[in-house]
Amino acid sequence: MRKTTIVLFVCLFLLLGGIGQAADKLVIATEGAYPPFNFIDPQGKLKGFDVDIAEALCQVMGADCKLMVQDWDGMIPGLLAKKFDVIVASMSITEKRKEAVNFTKPYYQAPCRFVTLKGSGLEISAEGLKGKNIGVQRATTYANYLLGKYKDVVNIKYYDTVENHNLDLAAGRLDAVLAQAIFMSEYLKKPEAKNLEFAGPMIWEKEYIGEGAGIAVRKEDTELLKKLDEALAKIIADGTHKKLASKYFSFDIYPY
Amino acid sequence: MDFELMGQSLPQLLKGTLLTLELVGLALVIGMAVAVPIALLRVSKRRWLMLPAYGYIFFFRGTPLLVQFFLVYYGLSQFTFIRESILWTVLREPYWCSIIALTINTSAYTGEVLRGAIQAVSRGQIEAGLALGMSSWQLLRRIIGPQALRLALPGYSNEVILLVKSSALASTVTLLELTGVTRNIIAVTFKPVELYLLAGGIYLVMTFMATRVFVFVEYRLSAHRRPAVGTV
Amino acid sequence: MINFYGFGGTLAAGTWMTIQVSLLSLAFGLFFGLVGAVAKLSRFMPIRAGAGLVTTVVRGVPELVLVLAVYFGGSVLINNVLSWFGYQGYVEINALGAGVLAIGGTFAAYATEVFRGAILAVPEGQVEAARALGMHRFLIFRRILLPQVWRYALPALGNLFLILQKNTALVSVIGLHELMRRASVAVGYTKKPFTFYMAAALIYLAITTVTSFSLQLMENRAARGVRRA
Repeated sequence: MRKTTIVLFVCLFLLLGGIGQAADKLVIATEGAYPPFNFIDPQGKLKGFDVDIAEALCQVMGADCKLMVQDWDGMIPGLLAKKFDVIVASMSITEKRKEAVNFTKPYYQAPCRFVTLKGSGLEISAEGLKGKNIGVQRATTYANYLLGKYKDVVNIKYYDTVENHNLDLAAGRLDAVLAQAIFMSEYLKKPEAKNLEFAGPMIWEKEYIGEGAGIAVRKEDTELLKKLDEALAKIIADGTHKKLASKYFSFDIYPY
Repeated sequence: MDFELMGQSLPQLLKGTLLTLELVGLALVIGMAVAVPIALLRVSKRRWLMLPAYGYIFFFRGTPLLVQFFLVYYGLSQFTFIRESILWTVLREPYWCSIIALTINTSAYTGEVLRGAIQAVSRGQIEAGLALGMSSWQLLRRIIGPQALRLALPGYSNEVILLVKSSALASTVTLLELTGVTRNIIAVTFKPVELYLLAGGIYLVMTFMATRVFVFVEYRLSAHRRPAVGTV
Repeated sequence: MINFYGFGGTLAAGTWMTIQVSLLSLAFGLFFGLVGAVAKLSRFMPIRAGAGLVTTVVRGVPELVLVLAVYFGGSVLINNVLSWFGYQGYVEINALGAGVLAIGGTFAAYATEVFRGAILAVPEGQVEAARALGMHRFLIFRRILLPQVWRYALPALGNLFLILQKNTALVSVIGLHELMRRASVAVGYTKKPFTFYMAAALIYLAITTVTSFSLQLMENRAARGVRRA
């Protein structure tokens, strides 16, 4: 009984110690569920374009970086709560988000687009979308787009991850999903997406979609923001950005 | 503390609460209807009746509810033969998938509670009933049933509270019940503290009221155990 | 044979994380359950009322909401409070910490009742005799109450532990890479939800079955020497 009590107390102290640690590395968060920008491979390692960019920036800044995974809808809350210091997760720069955090210049630009089942003939307009079930990921600009433009027209279904809404689209529970165009065009190349297709044009409406994907930091970290912007400009100028992008994309994702 | 936000969010949260109550109500009713036969099968002397019931209870009490939700909602959609069958009209909807998952889960737990209650009915009474020549059905209806239901009350009241809390998991399969609505508002406003306080408060009100209902029911059903006159 | 598409290893790693979370939560929960029970038996009304309030709140709110609230709201709250006191650094509640706090806390809230009932079940005469012999309060607690409380409380605590183990699946929602989360990642990759969620279900089933069995053995051992009716 005595030994057990001691063991329990030791566990408790170890745990409390683990909880209250102040980290001295630069902690970078990404989602890990958004291939090819960020994903987790079968061995459990974080991979993808966002991951590569983050590592390249760290190298240029000479910073000691640690990457961690964070669920999408906890991204900004987590940053504000100081769980991590930087978000490199294909997060679109929007006015609403700028109220809470600061962004670097965009590191790529991506419109969004509706994806639906082949041959569904879905018309992207207020009439064509009336009453349809559209899937989006919670806390994204695409959700905001639907809320802004088609609020009382469509049934918006919120999902934790993009994969889950794609699963439901393939299963026939959704009439369409709205997601980032580049991400979806990579997805459409896969065999399991063979009966899906794009519907309607690329959507670039800045007021909902934003100015491109940026790197987010807390408002008070002005030094960090400056360093990141400088490092980003450097890797774009010296061709590293292009090199990393060509690993994943056959087209130019930085139209600036 | 952003009280203004809390006030603005309240109507939406209440809408979600209505859906929560719907889910809980349906799951309770259908769950009880399923639990009674399961419990009866479980106490059967015949192995071929007992074992399936035992297996059902074992599986659904031994696995997390979250896994059960995902199995019903995402798992079943993996199979083409399900998607092309008539079942799909029901299984398509996250609403029905949630009801199914909640019902199956609560029926397993309730079944076990009922089993305990049935087996707790005093042996002596059963023997007396058999000696009087009662059939199994009469035994059940006259002796075991009424007493088992009373004995099951504490365990069942626990299960009802757990069901109210379990309904929160429906938010993981896109349903906009109370927790789902709360998470959405937080995703847009970034104010978790205010919203979880509000949502937690609403859940507390629900569980508190459920507890009071059961306290009242137990009070009424235990008249024979209270002192006869004078004290109350 | 069932094809796991190469995810077998990561499922195993997830299982190990699940086991770790459940053990840490158990340690946390047992400790605070005892604290709570002692608080509820206290002579001072404010302490009793405070403990009662906390346990009622924790028992009345869904575990999922608790996990989310501790993870998202907890850090915000703590950092706000600390900045009032001028502390400029940060305290982080990571996913593991939040999970243990929420799940362990739920266990503790229920365990408080169990311990309280078990402590009251020890015949008062024994405590009086110990006091007459001059034992001080902590010694009485350690020598007389604790061993017997353990025997009375074990079945109920065992039940709560089984519930705790299943609740660990909820920590997947805040991103901890335990079994459920790893299964979801595998599903995202392979698009085979039934395969992986069923595999996860069976692993959980194995965990709870082994635990039930062990608990039964522990109950038998704890009640050795007690005259059975």
